[in-house]
Amino acid sequence: MSFRSRLSALFAARPGRLSLGRRAVIALPLVWLSLFFLLPFALVLKISLSEAAISVPPYAPLAEYVDGTLRVFLNLGNYLFLFSDSLYAAAYWGSVKTAFLSTLVCLLLGYPMAWAMARARPRAQLVLLLLVMLPSWTSFLIRIYAWMGILSNSGLANQLLLGLGVIDAPLRLLNTQFAVVVGIVYAYLPFMVLPLYAHLTRLDMTLLEAASDLGSRRFNTFITVTLPLSTGGIVAGCMLVFIPAVGEFVIPELLGGPDTLMIGKVLWDEFFLNRDWPVAAALATIMLGLLVIPLVLFHRHQSRELAP
Amino acid sequence: MRRLPSFSGAALALGLVFLYLPMAVLVAYSFNASSLVTVWAGFSTKWYGELLRDEQILAAVWTSFKVAFFAASMAVCLGTPAALVMTRFDRFRGRTVLASMVTAPLVMPEVITGLSLLLLFVQMAALTGWPADRGMATIWIAHTTFCSAYVAVVVAARLREVDRSIEEAAMDLGSPPAKTFFAVTLPIISPALVAGWLLAFTLSLDDLVIASFVSGPGANTLPMVVFSSVRLGVSPKINALATLIILAVSLATLVAWYVMRRGEKKRRASLARPGG
Repeated sequence: MSFRSRLSALFAARPGRLSLGRRAVIALPLVWLSLFFLLPFALVLKISLSEAAISVPPYAPLAEYVDGTLRVFLNLGNYLFLFSDSLYAAAYWGSVKTAFLSTLVCLLLGYPMAWAMARARPRAQLVLLLLVMLPSWTSFLIRIYAWMGILSNSGLANQLLLGLGVIDAPLRLLNTQFAVVVGIVYAYLPFMVLPLYAHLTRLDMTLLEAASDLGSRRFNTFITVTLPLSTGGIVAGCMLVFIPAVGEFVIPELLGGPDTLMIGKVLWDEFFLNRDWPVAAALATIMLGLLVIPLVLFHRHQSRELAP
Repeated sequence: MRRLPSFSGAALALGLVFLYLPMAVLVAYSFNASSLVTVWAGFSTKWYGELLRDEQILAAVWTSFKVAFFAASMAVCLGTPAALVMTRFDRFRGRTVLASMVTAPLVMPEVITGLSLLLLFVQMAALTGWPADRGMATIWIAHTTFCSAYVAVVVAARLREVDRSIEEAAMDLGSPPAKTFFAVTLPIISPALVAGWLLAFTLSLDDLVIASFVSGPGANTLPMVVFSSVRLGVSPKINALATLIILAVSLATLVAWYVMRRGEKKRRASLARPGG
């Protein structure tokens, strides 16, 4: 297709043929989400380019109309500031590292779980599915809070290890990188299992039987048949864990310590403690930039699921 | 294929223990007489009494329920047309934009969504004078926005399974599209609307980060109150609250399971009947 015909195909999406009712059905979610989801990102970008000021709201206007001329102030100072202080780079790196590690653990634990669920009897499948989902319907905050009690110095984990004689003195478990990873895996495991299960139940078992009849070993069959056929579920599950985990605030705040620097917490502190909105906006903009590729991957998978 | 299932079965059992053990510990210590959450000092229900006398928590529960009810209802009103458009309309201007706005909120880090919405509300207030005060209304808008994406996904999954020949038959017999939707499609997808509403309701009840950004003085949701208490350390009152939440969710899930199983049985019975 030539560029021109492609261009005309893009614009000739036959809006004229859509009835008024259809247009209204499209417009309702489109307008709401554009206003409250898309437009705010433009504002984040805008504020990230303005200067902090002691005023309400605490930033200087980007454009001003003075003496008949429009003056526009674009200030890259916030970004330069983020690059000059190694704390921010360390926080981004810490977030990506922690999110990656947690996603990996979720996948390694979630995949066999999803497999066992998909192979269970149909009636048991429903029960298992509800059992895996149920924790995610209770309070996220409270489930993280549970780990504060378990991992504390006098908590259950230390009592158990002391009782078994594995350690002589309580281990510092809370406020460590380990606790953050445990928390993320705990909170996000259902979101890994669910898409994997959805893909594995659709898997055609006769393919596995065929492979085994032809003499393929179990491990070999898994690598060459099962794994490639469940790629969609793996991508969806990993993105559902990785992307929100990068920006996680509650878990590093409650379970993390001085060695766990994560960008979600840094952004929160810049905003609520330092009241530096432009720097918080710049932090959010860079975070979005880092997440573009994972977001596109997730979007591609999800649009396939949504397609008519 | 005998050894692999047993390995995955063990992983499933381990995973379920991992998911439920911390919740069991929470429940157990809510009945602890001692205020130290880690030392057992006998059975007591006094923390439940203290919880029910805590005015701040009760007010926050009421605020959270109100916001969640209205956010879930509005999210169904927005998410259902979004799902319909994604699964039934082939090409129109804005399809890609709508598709990305339906999928992105599912994974978008909350700090980004919260900050961006706050900046929007501040800008709107500067331009139009509304919202002059941030509070329940702004939390409602924020929750509606991200919840409608979840509703859209749940409803779209159901819409894809619906046999379209029924809708086509109605249209062939002269039913206009809107009437076809309300008379044919809506009754079929109504369980998905209920599921979507419930999911949106729990998501709204659970949100801390977005609500913290867009809330103003005076409007404290339950997670905001719990967070400020938990930040200071563990407290048995929160354990009691957790137990009540777990109990409510478990009961709701049990009812859902029963309804689904009965529906499945009915379906099988009607399939088994000759000519049915």
